[in-house]
Amino acid sequence: MKKQIKTILFAITATLLVSCGSSSEKAKTTNELTGSIKIDGSSTVYPITEAVAEEFRTVQPKVNVTIGVSGTGGGFKKFGRGEIDISDASRPIKDKEILICNENNITYVGLSVAYDGLAVLVNPKNTWVDYFTVEELNTIWNPSAQNTIMYWDQVREGWPHEKLNLYGPGTASGTYDYFSEAICGKKVGTRADYTASEDDHILVQGIATDKTGLGFFGLAYYEENKDKLKLVGVDNGSGAITPTMGTVSNGTYEPLSRPIFIYVNSTSVKRPEVVEFVNFYLKNAATLSAEVGYIPMPISEYEVQQAKFNNFIKK
Amino acid sequence: MNNSQINRLKDKTFNYFGIFCTLIGLVILAFFIGSIFYDGLRRIDWDFLTSLPSRKAEKAGILTAWVGSIWIVIFTFIIVVPLGISAGIYLEEYAKKSRLSSLIEVNISNLAGVPSIIYGLLSLEIFVRLFGMGNSILAGSCTLALLVLPIVIVATREALKAVPHSIRAASYALGASKWQTVWEQVLPASFGGILTGVILAISRAVGETAPLIVIGALLYVPFTPSSPMDEFTVLPIQIFNWISRPQHEFTTNAAAAIILLLLITFIMNGVAVYFRNKWQKKINW
Repeated sequence: MKKQIKTILFAITATLLVSCGSSSEKAKTTNELTGSIKIDGSSTVYPITEAVAEEFRTVQPKVNVTIGVSGTGGGFKKFGRGEIDISDASRPIKDKEILICNENNITYVGLSVAYDGLAVLVNPKNTWVDYFTVEELNTIWNPSAQNTIMYWDQVREGWPHEKLNLYGPGTASGTYDYFSEAICGKKVGTRADYTASEDDHILVQGIATDKTGLGFFGLAYYEENKDKLKLVGVDNGSGAITPTMGTVSNGTYEPLSRPIFIYVNSTSVKRPEVVEFVNFYLKNAATLSAEVGYIPMPISEYEVQQAKFNNFIKK
Repeated sequence: MNNSQINRLKDKTFNYFGIFCTLIGLVILAFFIGSIFYDGLRRIDWDFLTSLPSRKAEKAGILTAWVGSIWIVIFTFIIVVPLGISAGIYLEEYAKKSRLSSLIEVNISNLAGVPSIIYGLLSLEIFVRLFGMGNSILAGSCTLALLVLPIVIVATREALKAVPHSIRAASYALGASKWQTVWEQVLPASFGGILTGVILAISRAVGETAPLIVIGALLYVPFTPSSPMDEFTVLPIQIFNWISRPQHEFTTNAAAAIILLLLITFIMNGVAVYFRNKWQKKINW
């Protein structure tokens, strides 16, 4: 028994030693900051923050930026306890969460960093749909439509009597919350008789193979699957608008586009590496957000956010 | 047809049915592994293993994820093995049949069925906050150790039960104490079965995601952990994130990471099976 235990222990120690030795040497630059920055929150914002952290490493290699993905709500919970420096959020902070921050004497600033758009899609073989009005989308998705609105001709006269097959993200996702609130109103939800999947690739596949299908998901997924799907514009009273870089960025594609945010703790900005990181974030968010599939805000808007942040530091 | 022919027919039918049931699992597994290898194998190279996460799929690597996974597995092993085996020995060899011990037994079997996310929530309060471990490897390992503890305890008990009573009786007859009997005779004889339980437990631990996300395991960590108190990420979290990205190249990365995760599991199992076989050869009553 003893000998066996020794062998096992030896194997363990050896593995640990090997894994310790792999941290690489880092290059030296002048005016080098050190320290660590803790970020957590929405997985929607994660790709942008990851891209910024990745680029930041080339500028300040000694600052350790770590990012978690416990969701917008989970992120704010930690933020409210002062456990993290920056919170990634796909919606503004809620009153409940503000209350917790106040209780723990945490002051903060919220900065919008990019836009996230939702796309409404049909099969490319669908010849009749030219655009949807918000009311029509509401007719289709409202909880009261369940088991009643089952055919396309019930949505608009003149559309064929074909079965209406719906696809969308599951109720647990932020994308679902956002769509149901924008189209059906607050706390209403949507009908439940649609094909739901947390994996957007499955939704893409579903709509692409279903001639009478209709669905929604993040714009970035459409961009990656342009050839398989037909993008449909949405009319919110001022004509049909198709989501593009331009229409989302200037706010005309409504109501299916939203800003996404980072929230910064005021105690954290006393540390120079955090200030440097946020400045770097705002400076590069435009290019980096586009690179990972989101829509950048206009340059002027980034300047507004930068000014907001500068004021916040002074306080 | 007479009775014996009918019985023979039944026998044959069940035989084919059994083969069919076995094959379903195997064929599906083979299909999955095949498609994963087809998607991911070409992506695995030295750079992939030694690079940090990146927004560019072709530059992204999984260094911190696989190193984190190995740290977690080792510490889970260190925590769960002594705890689980000791508890198993106590329940099987020492505990008297009382109401307390039957209560413990029922609870252990119940624990095995608790959803893993519940363990995450429990650990968030106890290990992360109350004990002040933070979002560290140690907190993660403690969580997973709790999660797989019932598996180890149950396996240990089954293995101890399988040791013939005559061995114990012989040991006592020669004047050995209870401890000497357990340590020198029963435990070595049941080592193979215990190890099988440990293999199952660790394989389960290496694939867990939900409880680790709850206790605050990260996704982007630009450094490999150097102590059990460091923050960490693990392979399943990275895989999940890559699969949910819109860009198709990330799916390839995910497939490659899955291959690595399978490899880690296989290697660990291989080591355990090796020790088990070596051990079993030694037993000659």
